[in-house]
Amino acid sequence: MSHRDHHHDIAPIREKIRKGIDKRREFWRSLEELADTEKFREFLHREFPAVNPSEADPSWLDPTGRRNFLKLMSASLAFAGLTACTNQPKETIVPYVKTPEGLVPGKPQFYATAMPLGGVASGLLVESHEGRPTKIEGNPDHPGSLGGTTVYEQASVLTLYDPDRSQTMLYLGDPRTWGEFLNSFSQDLEDQRKKQGAGLRILTETSTSPSFADQMNKVKAAFPQAKWHTYEPASRNGARLGAQMAFGQPVNTVYQFDKANCVLSLDADFLTSGPGSVRYARDFISRRRLTGGSNEMNRLYVAESTLTATGAKADHRLPIRAGEVEAFALAVASAVGATGLPSANLTGDAAKFAEVVAKDLKANNGKSIVIAGEHQSASVHAIAHAINAALGAPGATLYYTDPLEIDPVDQIASITELVNDLNAKKVELLVIIGANPVYNAPIFSGGQIFLDAMKNAPKRVHMGLFNDETAVNCQWHVSETHFLEAWSDARAYDGSFSIIQPLIQPLYNSKSPHELLAAMLDQGGKSSYDIVRDYWRPQPQFGANFDQNWKQSLHDGVVANSAPPPKTVALKGDLAAAIKPATPGKYELVFRLDPSVYDGRFANNAWLQELPKPINKIAWDNFAIISLKTANELGLASETEPQRANAKMIRLSNEGLTPLDMPAWVQPGHPDNSVTVYLGYGRQRAGAVGDGHGFNTYSIRTVNTPFIAGNVQLEKVEGEYQLAGQQEHFNIDASGIGVEAFIPESDDLTGRHIVRTATLEEYKKDPQVLHHGAHKPGEDVTMYPEWEYDGYAWAMSIDMNACVGCNACVVACQSENNTAVVGKEQVIKGRIMHWLRIDTYFRGGTDNPQVFFQPMMCQHCEKAPCEVVCPVNAAVHDAEGLNLQVYNRCVGTRYCANNCPWKVRRFNYLLFGDWDTPSLKLARNPEVTVRSRGVMEKCTFCLQRIMGAKIASENQNRTVQDGEIQTACQSACPTEAIVFGDIGQKSNPKGQAPQTRVAKLKAEPRDYAALGELNTRPRLTYLAAIQNPNPELGGDHSKSGEKHG
Amino acid sequence: MAEVNREAEGYVDLRPPVMGPGQNFNSIAKKIGDIVLMRGFKKGWVFGFMIAFLGSVMMFNTIAYLVLKGVGIWGNQIPVGWAFDIINFVWWIGIGHAGTLISAILLLLRQGWRNSINRFAEAMTLFAVACAGLFPLFHTGRPWMAYYLFPLPNTMSMWPQFRSPLMWDVFAVSTYLTVSALFWFMGLVPDFATMRDTAKKKWQRVVLGMLAMGWRGDARHWHRYETAYLLLAGLSTPLVLSVHTIVSFDFSTGIVPGWHATIFPPYFVAGAVYAGFAMVLTLAIPVRKFYGLEDFITMRHIRNCCKVMLATGLIVAYGYLMEAFFAWYSGNTFEQFMMKNRMFGPYGMIYWLLILCNVLVPSLLWWKKMRDNLFVIFIISMFINVGMWLERFVIIVMSLNRDFTPSAWRMYYPTIFDFTMFFGTVGFFLTMMFLFIRFVPMIPIFEMKSLLPEAKVDERKVKELEREEGRGPIGSSPLPQYGD
Amino acid sequence: MTTQEELIREEALTTAEGGGNYGLMAEFDSPSAVVAAARRIYGEGYRRINAYSPFPIEELSHAIGFHRDYVALCTLICGVLGALGGFMLQYWTGGIDYPLNVGGRPLMSLPSFIPITFECTVLLAAFGAFLGNLLMNRLPQPYHPTFNVPSFARASQDRFFLCVKSDDPMYNRTKTRAFLESLGAIEVSNVEK
Repeated sequence: MSHRDHHHDIAPIREKIRKGIDKRREFWRSLEELADTEKFREFLHREFPAVNPSEADPSWLDPTGRRNFLKLMSASLAFAGLTACTNQPKETIVPYVKTPEGLVPGKPQFYATAMPLGGVASGLLVESHEGRPTKIEGNPDHPGSLGGTTVYEQASVLTLYDPDRSQTMLYLGDPRTWGEFLNSFSQDLEDQRKKQGAGLRILTETSTSPSFADQMNKVKAAFPQAKWHTYEPASRNGARLGAQMAFGQPVNTVYQFDKANCVLSLDADFLTSGPGSVRYARDFISRRRLTGGSNEMNRLYVAESTLTATGAKADHRLPIRAGEVEAFALAVASAVGATGLPSANLTGDAAKFAEVVAKDLKANNGKSIVIAGEHQSASVHAIAHAINAALGAPGATLYYTDPLEIDPVDQIASITELVNDLNAKKVELLVIIGANPVYNAPIFSGGQIFLDAMKNAPKRVHMGLFNDETAVNCQWHVSETHFLEAWSDARAYDGSFSIIQPLIQPLYNSKSPHELLAAMLDQGGKSSYDIVRDYWRPQPQFGANFDQNWKQSLHDGVVANSAPPPKTVALKGDLAAAIKPATPGKYELVFRLDPSVYDGRFANNAWLQELPKPINKIAWDNFAIISLKTANELGLASETEPQRANAKMIRLSNEGLTPLDMPAWVQPGHPDNSVTVYLGYGRQRAGAVGDGHGFNTYSIRTVNTPFIAGNVQLEKVEGEYQLAGQQEHFNIDASGIGVEAFIPESDDLTGRHIVRTATLEEYKKDPQVLHHGAHKPGEDVTMYPEWEYDGYAWAMSIDMNACVGCNACVVACQSENNTAVVGKEQVIKGRIMHWLRIDTYFRGGTDNPQVFFQPMMCQHCEKAPCEVVCPVNAAVHDAEGLNLQVYNRCVGTRYCANNCPWKVRRFNYLLFGDWDTPSLKLARNPEVTVRSRGVMEKCTFCLQRIMGAKIASENQNRTVQDGEIQTACQSACPTEAIVFGDIGQKSNPKGQAPQTRVAKLKAEPRDYAALGELNTRPRLTYLAAIQNPNPELGGDHSKSGEKHG
Repeated sequence: MAEVNREAEGYVDLRPPVMGPGQNFNSIAKKIGDIVLMRGFKKGWVFGFMIAFLGSVMMFNTIAYLVLKGVGIWGNQIPVGWAFDIINFVWWIGIGHAGTLISAILLLLRQGWRNSINRFAEAMTLFAVACAGLFPLFHTGRPWMAYYLFPLPNTMSMWPQFRSPLMWDVFAVSTYLTVSALFWFMGLVPDFATMRDTAKKKWQRVVLGMLAMGWRGDARHWHRYETAYLLLAGLSTPLVLSVHTIVSFDFSTGIVPGWHATIFPPYFVAGAVYAGFAMVLTLAIPVRKFYGLEDFITMRHIRNCCKVMLATGLIVAYGYLMEAFFAWYSGNTFEQFMMKNRMFGPYGMIYWLLILCNVLVPSLLWWKKMRDNLFVIFIISMFINVGMWLERFVIIVMSLNRDFTPSAWRMYYPTIFDFTMFFGTVGFFLTMMFLFIRFVPMIPIFEMKSLLPEAKVDERKVKELEREEGRGPIGSSPLPQYGD
Repeated sequence: MTTQEELIREEALTTAEGGGNYGLMAEFDSPSAVVAAARRIYGEGYRRINAYSPFPIEELSHAIGFHRDYVALCTLICGVLGALGGFMLQYWTGGIDYPLNVGGRPLMSLPSFIPITFECTVLLAAFGAFLGNLLMNRLPQPYHPTFNVPSFARASQDRFFLCVKSDDPMYNRTKTRAFLESLGAIEVSNVEK
């Protein structure tokens, strides 16, 4: 074959490309040099004999030889400079197609687009600097976003510029062109066309793209015998099959939490994960604001296994094994009078809990929601539908629509079928689009892994963003475009359509899935733009005036009123038959999507890898989460200082597969005899960042137990593992975790009044109850004269009642402010650079503590302790009360950090910023300095945004409007927990009631300053957290917490 | 000197002598001068010097790597932004203080016994302060920008921020170093002259001649010299007190619980003297033995040092007590937790170790027996050196690692480079000391001479001589040669 | 005394006359002796005299009529300058030249300015004492005629010297020498210029 006959030995080159070493030095002069082969080294020695003293070359000894040597060296040094001329930085190969209208160089522009995840789109506004997208914002006009985002969307911009992305087509690892691919591909397709595509199989991930569906149907038409399979780990099978079970057809459920007074979550983390979570969080929190005199709050009951952000926000939380959720659901169902269900066998606290919940739900008939977790069984979903029906929820607080997916199938069954066909040698041409089954497929019957089955297909084509585990096992790899690079479309959680428009030409020789399918339809040349446009042209949503509506929907980021109408579906009479109660063993194992790297697709995204996971605050790894009781049973409780997070190792065995050893993490609030592991780690070919972190939990995940393994064996194994915890976990006043180190008593922490909380009842009686015991110095109590802030006075208010700890703000801050990633070792050392962190505090017993999230960043004190101790005036105040850090002036004494009571200052102990990788330079925000080694940095309240707004307003001779400035964290927040603005006299004239939002919030009775008694006058204050517990469950959550579990 | 007058008035000193018997002008000069002027080196000296020198090499390598990579090579992090670096700084500064105290304060107090050990102690001060100075410089993230810390006009037209205790440090430490150096050099001038006039080799005479600046023992010069020396002593005394007070301000003006305490200045100064005297003994006891200087550094000196350590040790112990009391009495959550954490926290062991080294072990000195036993004294002073280092660890690291915001708490673990830097400075310090005792008269010759009985002016004899008439010149005795 | 010795001494004196004579140097062996002699000479009315000793002898400087020096005054002046300079440095840079809001503290933070003011005072005062002493003693001074006297090397060891300068109005080679010898000097020698 032609590609084989060239003279290099490819293996080493491929090896180096794989290792990603050459990402650091983009260019090489010859493949030999790249491969650094023996041959090349010999050549070097021939050229510069004197360079290598080791070889006994006389010329080294005699002076002339030495002079030559020097000459050569100086020459090579001189030439070293020249490489700068030849090395074209990648920027230059990212041209504008045509300069966008109204582009002012240096002024960012925003374009609406959408990011599909698990197929479902969330609307975005992407900030673009001279044609390079640098920052993701939520799209306020998009139903799934309303301006909020999740961590995945925030971090997606880094994946776009990931230097480890697949950059070209590969055949057996050799670079190839799209043309070459088409040639060989079309031949294979010809063979298939002859036999109606009997040997053709296509595997994709979940998709909601109508244009993709349209193409797929055409493909099916062209290859009648071909089969199309869908699989991805976040399959949402439970929901799909549950609907099937309950209504006899798959439906999509859209919840309207803003209409619900009472919510029961059956192991569902609806606030921070799954489609629509951003919208759901907003709606849910909108009923808990308690601002402007409101005393109304909804109530949230959560019965869940793993402690999630949703569980943390619960007014009552029941830690319960995932396998028992079904029984619990049945108990609730029977109590609310749902019919046609098997009887529940539930006892103890759980039973009482169920009873009380049911009562409350009934009391709020038509104003309540029961929602089941995505990873829960079909039965639980079916039961949830039944309960909702019994409570008159459909049409009131939720509605059903046709499914969003273009093929709503049982994905486990779908991929199993594929594997069977492969084993039966029925598959000749396997086309995998976007999926990475070799890594993330479940283990099939007989312990067969997907790779073994896949090898039965003689011809394999993989399209993906990365040259990953699957790509390396296919002959052909086609580099896929990032969603910011190619045209497509997708549906939001409620079904409305968005056109995904690219912000940049593909950085590399990548193609979109649309173009690949086009190739299968002999439309090789057709661009995804034409494909998408041509699909939509006839569609009703765009009506007659296509071009204008097209422009409009591109501008809005969503196709106007394209949401499907609610659909009335009838609940099947008798579900009892369908629902078979599970028979749980001693220990159960729960697989959850990782809060940071999802199913592993984001493993090479450094921002997400370094993101401390909610609740346990650990980055860069996954681990086995168990309760304290279970840990002690197994002898796994960590005895070393927990802040080092030296975890004991636990062995997980499931269905007789090769056991997996993982570090065990003791998590207060986790149900006993249950283990939770996150998916998405232990990648082999994720890239330089993701490889080798954590443990591949897919290796013990079978088709029978995709999310919940009811009967696994656990045992302690020798060895310890160091996890990178960002927060000492015994700063939690509750944790009785056995550690040598002295654990503070609860008074030592509650006495600090950093977190203030009360129940709704207490709060109604006397709002001041929140601040009892906390010492608040009066305005006049200070030794220092007042500084007059007659202009703007920037300030922030954070509502701890609204914060759901989703981390979106943390990544947003990192993206906006070019904050460096430091890596696992440095995180362990305590040098994480995040300007904004989500502090997590626990209250109550270890079995079921209450959780509080507190976003913590620079408090911008008016009497800042950090500034006074800076010897060089690097930390100073500006006229608007901002606490500034002057990088140029900083010498790095770290005195300011020592003297900061909140410890929010971050120091560049080493050169943490990546100054070399060209593609990463594109990802940076040009308006923010990239800090170098040895300087202190911290939150600036997004000074660059403030300045931008001020300049704009001054050009128009007006003051900055309230809400005109949104800090990065604020705009990312799904629940509007963060409010920034002016409390100065410009916006709030003296003697009048406060005008701006932030000023009003600061007048709220819940408002308080963390560590206010230090009298440093922070400009950032918090709104205390209020729970709304049910008196029947013992009122105070923490007490009731002791009882359960 | 007062000693002179008191004894002239027939006052008899029953305390052990400050100088052994049988010494005269020449024997003193010879004994002390020989150490400097002798040909070649003692084996023991060479051996010790080599070890010390290796230490300083280690220090310079660490510094090079530090500047190359950044302070990240140390264990410092957030929240513990200061650790070994500042601990060592405070420790060294403290050690320096004994020197000034001995030479200046004891001079003002007319303590004649100081004369034999003062120069030794002053040298110790100089080198200790030099070591101390390294840390504020190299603990910064960008040492090459350290000139921002000096009020130099610059293009940014920025000035230092004089409210910062670190600026106070800059001024205090540099002033301290300068003044100590002046004081030390001034004391040396007459001795350089003495040696210049007796050195055999030309180059020795030339070098010493330059250092002596043409000193010729002119009575008027002596007069001004005495005034100036006394004035310098008078200035050094408040200076030395101010320096450690200001060092303590680094912490006590901070907001961190465990730092923010009014007791710090006195308690730091006492601690400094405590550590300083311990170091004096640590060095003096072996040197005295090695060079057979028992006649000049007598048991009396050593006992007096012990007594000073007892006194300052008590003040320090009182400081520890008060810290605990304040924490409890303040009723302040943060203060109370800080103390709890010190005693029972993850580092609790270190706190109790500190109590052992600084309070319990030194109490042995209450027994006279112990104050006479050189070996015991040496061990005890070692304990104190360690204890004072631990004290700074307790104050700096153990306050920072768990302060106001529990979510930010974190343990501090030093790296190998923290240790190479610390022991490197110890090596550097010893290197300088070895050079000093070999190349500089470590005991002030002229002051020792003035302590001799024959140095006193006997008024009765003067009267007689004034009455005598017409005595012819008497023969001269040859000047003994030194340096053989 | 042999005639040869006398000839030699005459020789020496005559050359001294011509070559310019700094004065006569008398050597003594004890502090008491030199003090006694000094008082005698001063009593005779000699004023341009000087004494040398290996260590400070208070009585000696008084005996030759040297009672007070100005080192202390010099120190005081420098100290005051230091205090003013130190304070102005802080207030002018932070309060006038480049005023900044630092932690909401006033521009004139008097308490914070005290330590540096103090340090500057001490620093300059110390230089005052040290340099004052050197300059008034006219040091460093590598050459001085007294060094020509061979036995003067012992002035830094164990001997004490008195010198009568030749520009003293009462100076007379032979008389003065005789007088000095009568004071019980070990030896009296000419000091060449």
